[in-house]
Amino acid sequence: MSPLQLCLAFSSALFAVGLAGALARSNSILVLLGIELMLNAANLNLIAFWRFSPHGSPATGVVFVVFAIAVAAAETAVGLALVISIYRHQQDIRLEEATRLKG
Amino acid sequence: MEPLVAYLWIIPALPLAAAAVGAAAPRGSRRLASGAAIAAMAGALALSSVALKYALAAPSAHQFCNFTWFDLGNGAVRLGWLLDPLNAFMCVMVSLVGLLIFIFSLGYMEDDENFKRFFWLMSLFAAAMLCVVVSNSLLLLFIGWELVGLASYLLIGFWFHRPAAAAAAKKAFITTRIGDLGFLLGLVWLYDTTGSLLLYDGGNGFLEAHALGDLATQVAAGGLAATTAISLLIFCGAAGKSGQFPLHVWLPDAMEGPTPVSALIHAATMVAAGVFLVARVFPLFSADQGLPAATLHALTVVAAIGAITALMGAAIAAAQSDLKRILAFSTVSQLGYMMLALGVGSWVAAIFHLLTHAFFKALLFLAAGSVIHAAHHVQDIRELGGLGARMRTTFATFAVGMMALSGVPFVFSGFWSKEAILHAASEWGPSSLPLYAGLAGVVLTAFYMTRLLCEVFWGPPRSPAASHARESPAVMTAPLVVLAAGAVGLGFLGTPAWPWLQSRLAGAEIPARPLLDGGALMAVSIILVAVGLGSGWALYGRRPRASAAAPDPLQSAAPRLFAFLGARMKLDELYAATVGRLNTFAAALADILDRWVWGGAVGLLARLGEFAGLLNREVDEVGLNTGFDTVSEEIRRTGQAYSRAQTGEAHGYLRTLALAFVVLALLVLLGGGR
Repeated sequence: MSPLQLCLAFSSALFAVGLAGALARSNSILVLLGIELMLNAANLNLIAFWRFSPHGSPATGVVFVVFAIAVAAAETAVGLALVISIYRHQQDIRLEEATRLKG
Repeated sequence: MEPLVAYLWIIPALPLAAAAVGAAAPRGSRRLASGAAIAAMAGALALSSVALKYALAAPSAHQFCNFTWFDLGNGAVRLGWLLDPLNAFMCVMVSLVGLLIFIFSLGYMEDDENFKRFFWLMSLFAAAMLCVVVSNSLLLLFIGWELVGLASYLLIGFWFHRPAAAAAAKKAFITTRIGDLGFLLGLVWLYDTTGSLLLYDGGNGFLEAHALGDLATQVAAGGLAATTAISLLIFCGAAGKSGQFPLHVWLPDAMEGPTPVSALIHAATMVAAGVFLVARVFPLFSADQGLPAATLHALTVVAAIGAITALMGAAIAAAQSDLKRILAFSTVSQLGYMMLALGVGSWVAAIFHLLTHAFFKALLFLAAGSVIHAAHHVQDIRELGGLGARMRTTFATFAVGMMALSGVPFVFSGFWSKEAILHAASEWGPSSLPLYAGLAGVVLTAFYMTRLLCEVFWGPPRSPAASHARESPAVMTAPLVVLAAGAVGLGFLGTPAWPWLQSRLAGAEIPARPLLDGGALMAVSIILVAVGLGSGWALYGRRPRASAAAPDPLQSAAPRLFAFLGARMKLDELYAATVGRLNTFAAALADILDRWVWGGAVGLLARLGEFAGLLNREVDEVGLNTGFDTVSEEIRRTGQAYSRAQTGEAHGYLRTLALAFVVLALLVLLGGGR
C-alpha cells in the first residue's frame, strides 16, 4: 500500500471509532469526544491529500486544518458549556434524559 | 436705519401682545392682565406720539412701507403700513382714549369675577382698531375691521349669562356683518379692476391718480361709474360699523355690555372705524365728482344718509329714559354729522369732529359709568336724580361733556367741530337740506342733553340707590378730568382763526379766516343751541321730576309722538316684521328642503350603501373565507406531521445522520462518484 492509502485507512478507522463512540455512549462528554475524533479524522484526510498530491500549492492543506482545529475548539467550548448547563438543570449528563428541546 | 413707518406695526402689536398674555394667563391673574393691557396702551400711546411728530414734519406726504404677504399665482398679496397725519392723529386718539378707559375700568370692573377676560378682550379690541388705522392695504384694514367686529361681539356679550346681553351681541355682530358683506364685495370688485388693494404704492396704489382715472371712466350698470358703485359698497361696511341709518339698530342695544366697553365702542374704536374708512379712501369716493354724466354721486348718498341719521338719532334720544341709551342715540346722531361732513366733501371737518367727539363721548360714557357704578347699576334716569350734590367731580366733568356735545359756544371743542361741519354743509352746492337737518339736530342735541343732565343730577333722588350714591374712587374720576380737559382744549386746535389741525390733516396750508367768519351761520347755530338748552331747562330743570312714576313733560304734551320716538321709531319692529319674517320663512323653507328633499336623497344613498355592504359581507364570508380556511388547515396539518419527527433525543438525530452518511457513502461507491 502507498503511504496515502495507509493514511486514508487510518483516518477511516479513526472516523469509525469516533462514530461508534458518539452513537453508543450515553455520557454526553464522551459523545462530544467521539465527534471530536471524527473531526480529526477529516483533518487527517486533508493533510494527507495535501502532502501526497502531485502538484499541490504551498500550505493550502495546513491552512484548512488550522482553521478546522480553531473552529472545532470553539465548538467544543460551546458543547462543554451546553453540557454544564444541562447538568445544572437535571443533575445528570446522560443524553437520553436531555429530551426537552423537542418541538 | 429704516424709516419710522417700517416700525409702525409695533403700535397695534403691543396691545395684541397684551391680549395674548392676558388670554394665556390663569384665570385669577388680575394684576397681570390689567397691568399688561395698560402698559401696552401706554407704549402704543408713546409710539403714536412719536409717529405723530414724524408725520407732522411732512404733512402732505403719505409714507408707506409695503411687503408681500404671500405669492398667489402670477401675482402676490401685498400688505403695508401707512403713516400720514390722518393715521397719526387717529392712533394718538385711540391709544390715549383707550388708555384712559382702561384705567377707568380698573375701578369699574373691580368686583367682576371675569376681570382678566375683560382686560384681554379690551386689549384685543384696541389692537384691532389700531390695525385698521395704520394699514396701507384695504385687505389688512378689512382683517382689522373684522377683528373689531369679533372683539365687540365678545365684549357686548361680556355678561353673556344675561339673555339681553347675548342677544345684543348677536345683533351687533349680524347687523355689522350685513354691511361688511357690501364692503367685501366692494373689495373684490376693486381688486378685480385695479389689481391692487394697496392705498398708496408709489403710483400703483388705487388711491393714486393713475388707478382712479382708470376707474372713473369705467361704467357699471345703470350709468353708475365704477368708482361710484365700489364706493357705495364700501360705504355699506362703513354704515354698518358706524351705525348709520338703516343699520344703526345694533348701536343702542350694544349698551348691554359693561360701560367702559360702551365708551370704547362709541368713542375710540368701533364706530370711528366707519368714518375713518370713508375719510381714508376719500379720493375714491370723490372720484366721480368730475363726471357730469353720472346719475348719482357716491358722496350725495353719504350726505343723505348722514343727514337722516343725524336728525333721527337726535329725535329718538329725546324720548329715551335709559341713561346709556340716550348717549347711544346721541352717538348715532353725531356719527350722522360726521358722515354728513364727509358727504359734503369736507373729510377734514369730519375727522376734526371725530377726534373731539371721541374725547367728549368717552367722557360722557365714563361719567355715566361712574353714576351707574355709584347707583348700583340703576340706569333709568327717572329713578336717579339729585346726584349733583353728592358726586361733584362726576357732575362737573359730565357737565363739561354735555356742553361740548351740545355745542356751547367758544369754549368747548364740540362747538368748533360742529361749526366746521355746518360751514362745510352751507357751502355744498347740490342741496341745502343737509344744512337744515344739521341745524335741526343742533336744537335737539342741546335739548336732550339738558334733559339728561337735569334728570340725573338735579331734583330729589327718586330711588334708594340714588340717595345712597357716593363719589367714585380716584382711579375712575382721574380719567374723567383728563378727558374733560381734552374735551375743552382740543377745539382750539381747529378754530377758523387758526386752522392748525385742518391744515395738518389736509397736508396743505388752509388760510386762516377771522374767528367770526360766516357770522350769520354761527349766530343762527348759537341761537339754536340756546333754544335747545333753554327749552330743556324750562321743561326739566325748573320743575324737576318729583317721583319716578311722574309723566315726562313731553309725554303729556304729545303722547303718541313720544311713544313712537320712545319705541325707537318702531324700526326694530319693522325689521322684525320684514327682514326677520322673511328670514324665518326662508329658514322654514330650508328646513323642509333639508328634511325631505336632501334628507331623502341622502337616505336613499345610505340605503344603497348599506345594501352594498351586506352583499360584500356575504361574498367575503361564504366565498373567500372558506377557501382560506381550507388552505391554512392543510398547512397546519403538514406542520404537525413533521414536528412528530423531532423527538428531542440527541442520539436519535445522530443515528439518522449516521444512517444518511452510510447511504450517501454507498451511493458514491456504487455510482462511482460520478
